Amino acid sequence: MARNKRAIPEINAGSMADIAFLLLIFFLVTTTMDVDKGINRKLPAWEEEPPQENNDKVKEKNIFTVLVNSNDQLLVEEDYLGLDQLRRKAKEFINNNGDGSCDQCTGFRDPKSSDNPKKAIISLQNDRGTSYDMYIRVQNELVAAYTELRNELAQRLYGKSYEECGAEAQDFIKEVYPQILSEAEPLNLG
Amino acid sequence: MGHLVKKKKKELPPVSTASLPDIVFMLLFFFMVTTVMREVDLKVENSKPLATEIQKLERKSLVTYIYAGAPKKKYREILGDQPKLQLNDKFARIEDVGPFVIEEREAINEAERPLMTVSIKADKKVKMGLISDIKQELRKAQALKINYSSTPAASADEIYKNF
Repeated sequence: MARNKRAIPEINAGSMADIAFLLLIFFLVTTTMDVDKGINRKLPAWEEEPPQENNDKVKEKNIFTVLVNSNDQLLVEEDYLGLDQLRRKAKEFINNNGDGSCDQCTGFRDPKSSDNPKKAIISLQNDRGTSYDMYIRVQNELVAAYTELRNELAQRLYGKSYEECGAEAQDFIKEVYPQILSEAEPLNLG
Repeated sequence: MGHLVKKKKKELPPVSTASLPDIVFMLLFFFMVTTVMREVDLKVENSKPLATEIQKLERKSLVTYIYAGAPKKKYREILGDQPKLQLNDKFARIEDVGPFVIEEREAINEAERPLMTVSIKADKKVKMGLISDIKQELRKAQALKINYSSTPAASADEIYKNF
């Protein structure tokens, strides 16, 4: 039995490019680039009965009311305000430290504004006709106010931004400036 | 001076295409790594609002999406141009949100259920009435972690524009 000593022919790699192109085009078509990013929020739990009015517990000066009407206009603390002013106003309100119990705050200590960041509540109320675009912009500004305050405190205490701090430092800063943002059910004023 | 511009008669060698597969494979891997599979076929307009204070959503398997916006052109004749909800691949009514979210939650393993996030992907032009209705439904379904999907803005000034 004479063995056939023929060498195995080389595999032709000419069509490799075609195969790769085919796969490439498949992935281009079936996948998307967009990454999921957005503003994280937590909703309050559902209650069957509407909560009873207990305004006596929260002083008027500790509430920072932000109203957005159906024409996307802002009314902050009963004053018409531009969107670019909102962040500064909110920061002043949170950082006010009226009763002096917040050692880290640098606010003006205005007796007419909030007592301390733990009591300061930002209340956001919008109309059913408000555009989602405006709502997100307002939310963004309010969250940015807290973020900026936290960053400033982190810079003062640790010399780095809030994000760069360790978990313990972050918890401490969070305790100084807790994010208290309440959303009322939307009105239908038109 | 004719002798200076004498043409060379030598033929150019053919361009080697041996590295073409390598190049294409490189592109292929790039796209495989950077992109994600399209999960739904969008039937509503979806241009997200701008924001700067955004966080990335981790753990895709724990995220449920709710789309809202005006129907795309080809559906407008039947559905009109008022904003509609889309869950998975279908248009839905507001009452469907609760059962949908509960169903999605059941699919996640029990230990991780509290980590479930609902991502609201709404179009800029949607009115808050619809969004509030979605939020109420989510509250009733005990899905309290939400994320308002938005596009990163380069700077705060971009956000103040037009307002």
